[in-house]
Parts: sequence; structure tokens; C-alpha cells
Amino acid sequence: MTSAVPGRPAGLSGGLPVGGAMRVMGSETEYGIHAPSAPGANATMMSARVIQAYAQVTRQRAAGGAETRWDYTDEEPLHDARGWTLERSQADPDQLTDQPPVLDAEAVALAYGRQELEADGEDESGTLLMNMVLGNGARLYVDHAHPEYSSPEVTNPRAAVTWDAAGDLVALAAVRRLAADPDLPPVNLYKNNTDNKSVSYGSHENYLMPRTVPFGDIVRGLTPFFITRQIICGAGRVGMKQDGSRPGYQISQRADFFETEVGLETTIRRPIINTRDEPHATADKYRRLHVIIGDANLSQASNFLKFGTTAMVLSLIEAGLAPKIEVHEPVAALQSVSHDTSLTATVRLLDGRRITALDLQWIYYEAAAKHAQDTGVADAVDGDGHTHEVLERWSATLTELAGDRAAAASSVEWLAKLSLLDGYRERDGLEWGHARLGLVDLQWADIRPEKGLYYRLLARNRMQRIVDDGLIQRAVTEPPSDTRAYFRGRCVSRFGAGVVGASWDSVIFDVPGRGRLQRVPTREPLRGTEALTGGLFARHRDAGPFLAELLGLPPGS
Amino acid sequence: MAGQEQQQPQSRDTEVDEDVPAAPPAPAEGQASAATQGVDDLLDEIDGVLESNAEEFVRAFVQKGGQ
Repeated sequence: MTSAVPGRPAGLSGGLPVGGAMRVMGSETEYGIHAPSAPGANATMMSARVIQAYAQVTRQRAAGGAETRWDYTDEEPLHDARGWTLERSQADPDQLTDQPPVLDAEAVALAYGRQELEADGEDESGTLLMNMVLGNGARLYVDHAHPEYSSPEVTNPRAAVTWDAAGDLVALAAVRRLAADPDLPPVNLYKNNTDNKSVSYGSHENYLMPRTVPFGDIVRGLTPFFITRQIICGAGRVGMKQDGSRPGYQISQRADFFETEVGLETTIRRPIINTRDEPHATADKYRRLHVIIGDANLSQASNFLKFGTTAMVLSLIEAGLAPKIEVHEPVAALQSVSHDTSLTATVRLLDGRRITALDLQWIYYEAAAKHAQDTGVADAVDGDGHTHEVLERWSATLTELAGDRAAAASSVEWLAKLSLLDGYRERDGLEWGHARLGLVDLQWADIRPEKGLYYRLLARNRMQRIVDDGLIQRAVTEPPSDTRAYFRGRCVSRFGAGVVGASWDSVIFDVPGRGRLQRVPTREPLRGTEALTGGLFARHRDAGPFLAELLGLPPGS
Repeated sequence: MAGQEQQQPQSRDTEVDEDVPAAPPAPAEGQASAATQGVDDLLDEIDGVLESNAEEFVRAFVQKGGQ
């Protein structure tokens, strides 16, 4: 099984148009979790309940069980993109994400009660289900003390928005299921990034890049962009400093939690550029850039720009065309940009110039637009179908931020939240430290449409929709068609009982009649697509013959 | 450790204050007036959605570390 692919020899090289906003990408969302009626509940246990609840939902949906265990074989959280591997003994325990989390039996029994555990809480090997692979190709699992949804791999920012928002519906389904269980406390999930009490949890982006691009180029090209992109995609936060102790409002949920410029950690000493080098793909060809600085977005327009503009800046870096800008003291600049909702403050560059975050974004915009035009991907008709829209929205948003903030408030998340908060401040004469404003900030991110304030604005069309509701709903169960997530998701949906494990780069089958487990590697993110494997799925309803054709094995051997 | 956050002493009771949608503060033009009216409607709706005890609810939202 050395062939790196599910599916037959590919006729397609699998390459995406280069120069613009298309690239293999994906999102990760750690949800804030809270059970108001059980304030002392163990967060890891509650998170496990969320996963468990969704497993029950999918079990109803797909006879045979559309959930699958995670395969940890290829996790390498201690590989550093700068070229070394951190010693296990030196790592913070939080960094050891390549091992399944262990819950001791006592904690489990405490939270579940024994007979429930025996009836439904275990999978075959006797461990509590902490980790699922979904039929849409995503991963749903317990990460530290939060439920996390990692989207399937997609190829463009519109799909990134779609499958990220689908994760919010997955989380909602779990919340509904728990709320309907009279024996368990209801659990709320929040798509935010801080509790305003010194704790932050992440929303990460992942972008596939050729390994040939020097990591130093990525650091230099991205840092000024990351310091300033929050003005178009920050989610807004009531409270300053990590513990929120200084009253005020800032652009980013995450900015105050960043302490260094470059590094491997994601839970402590958080770096603007994260160096985790865990490609989940053919390692000598690809790197997976792991971006930890973003805010979780409910606003579709902000999310679209977050993925689209970042993908375009990576295209600039790959072409050697990133703006030559170096910001003085990047961490302090990141925070000063976040703290300035007037967008008039300046950051100092190493050459002595002072420019605003808006100016800096325009510099990146101009470079990205020129490169996209030169490569042809930006054309409205003959382009790649995505880059044109990213550029249009990027320039329109920057223009509105400078001149028509009321218009920008229907797309830019921090401004939308701010306009709501300002409404309360004016009507009720509230100071920034007032608890009701903190509640508005928190409840903005409640994923229930009847309680979440973002969703209340969406229902009134005060927030723009980029993707139809129906497409998001469909993405809860359907994988993207144009990446290996198609193969993974279809295998899970179709052959649930015969799939015993899966990960980003493998699917493991246990098929009756075959003596041992069959691990199908999926190390090429642009293979395993519908175009390459759709016929295979159409021809086979059963895992045995499916595998036989896929792997070229004699039928039934 | 859930205690000392919202140290906002002057917070009035956080149950809904019944503000009548009174005259909007100095609308400059019809458009702005309509916008203000929209905001008032929105706030009225959200008053009914917000968790009832803001101070306590916000204080109790305590998370463990994440990435």
C-alpha cells in the first residue's frame, strides 16, 4: 500500500489555480462550554457529553453508525517548521495532542452514572467516545476542555465558510440533544475565544503550502498582515487585558493573549506565527500552515475574508511578492491595533514610517490584486471563480471601514457587535464595565439561533449571508467534493460499520472476510475527490468489494 | 476562581430595565430616524432574549484553557 491515494491512478494532477484565493484549507473551532445549572461540572466531561450526544444524533441518521474513531498514527504535534522536533520531556502536556485523552473511570462514572455508560457511553474497546469522524469529512472531538469541530479540507474561502458554519449546526444538534435529555444539565456552546477571565481557546485555520517555500519568508510576509487583518475579521471583545479587568471594547477576541512572534506552542506563550509542522500529507511536498491568531467568526463575510485574504497573501509569499514591510515590536502592535476601534492609530515600521492598519491592509490588497491579475485568476469571468469576489469584498470592506462604518457593520463582525453594544450604551446609559454589556458579548456567540445575538441580527438581515442556509445545512452531512474529505466522509457514511478509524490522511477498514485491518492512506489532499472516487462509491454498496477494487485485491480474498 | 471579574460596582440590577422606546436622541434626518427606530426594535427584542441575571451569568462563565 505505498500508493498515496485512494482511488485509481489520477488523470488529474490535482493542482488548483495558483496566484489567488484557492488553496487547500480548513478551520478548527473550539467552542466555549457552559452548563448554567451545573456550574461546577467538569469541562472535559461536559465536552465528552457533547461528542456523545452528536454520536447519538448520527446513529439515528445512519443505521450502522456514522461515527468513527480517530486514528492517531500520523499526529506530529512536536515537529517544528523551523526544522527540529521538540523533546517529549520538554513539551507542555497540552502539546501532546497525538495521544487519545484519557478519562479515568471515576470521572466518567461521576458525570454519567454507570448504567448509562454501559448502555451507550462506550465504544467497543471500552473507552468513552471522545473523537468522531463525521460523514461530511470533519472531525468532532474533545480538545483539552472544549468540544472542537475541525472542518473537512476545502479548496476555497466560500467552502471554508460553508463547512465551518456547518460545524456550528453540528454543535447545535448536540446542544439540542442534551437539552432534550431530562437526566442531564443543558449545555450551552459559544463560538468565541475567551471567558474574559484570563483564559482563551482557539479558532485555527490551516493552509496547505509547498514545502519549498522557506519558513522565514512565511514569517516575514505574514506578520504585518496578521497584525492588521483583525480590522476586517476580528470578532470584537468587551474587556481589555487577558482577564478583561480593564473596561473597554477591542477589535479582537484573541489579541491580548499573544505573547511572542514565532513559536511552537498553542496554549501558552502564544505566537503570532505558529510553527507546528504536522502536514497530515506527504511531508516532503507539503507543509500545513497552522494559523492560531484568528478569532472564531459567526459573520460569514468576516470569515470569508479571513480565509480568502490569508490565502491570497500566502500566494504572494509563494511567488516572492509579499510587501517588504517589517513592523516594529509586532506583539505590541497587534494589541494596539486591537485596542483602537477608531482605526486611526499607527504602527511603527522598522524603517521609521508610521502607518495605520487600514493603510497596511491596502498595501497587501494592492500587491495581492496585482499578482492575481498577472496570473489571470482574478478575472470575473475567466478567473478561478473565487479570487475576484475576495478582492471585491476586501476593497469594499476597507473602503467602508474608512468612510461608512454603518455599512461595514453588516459584514465586519467586531463592528456589528459594537453597534449593538453602542445601542445598549446609549439607550441605557451603560459604562463599558457594566455586566449587561459583558453578557451581550458572551451571548453574541451562543450558537442557538433563538438565544445567539448574532443570529438575531442575521434573522433581521442586519448581517450579510454569503452562503445559503440550505447549503450550510447540506454541509452538515455532505463532504466537499473536491478534496480527500470526499473519500473520508463517504467512507464513513457508506461503510460506517466497516470503518474502524480515520484521520486526515487515512481511513481504516475492518471488513469481514479479510483477516486484518486495511489502512488506506490519503496523503494527497487533492485526491480522493468525487471526480476520482465517485464511480467507485457508485459501483459498490459493500465495503469488501469496494476495498478490493480500490486496492486492486482479488475479490473476496 | 470565578469571582472577582466583573468588578463593576455601579451596575444597577441587571434585570430588564423597562425603557419605553422614547424619542430617539436627535435624529438628523429621516433615514437616521428609521435606523434608530430599527435599533430600538432590535434592542427590545434582545431584551427578551438576554439571560436574566447578567452579572451572575457572566461571572459563572469560566473556561479551562484551550489552544
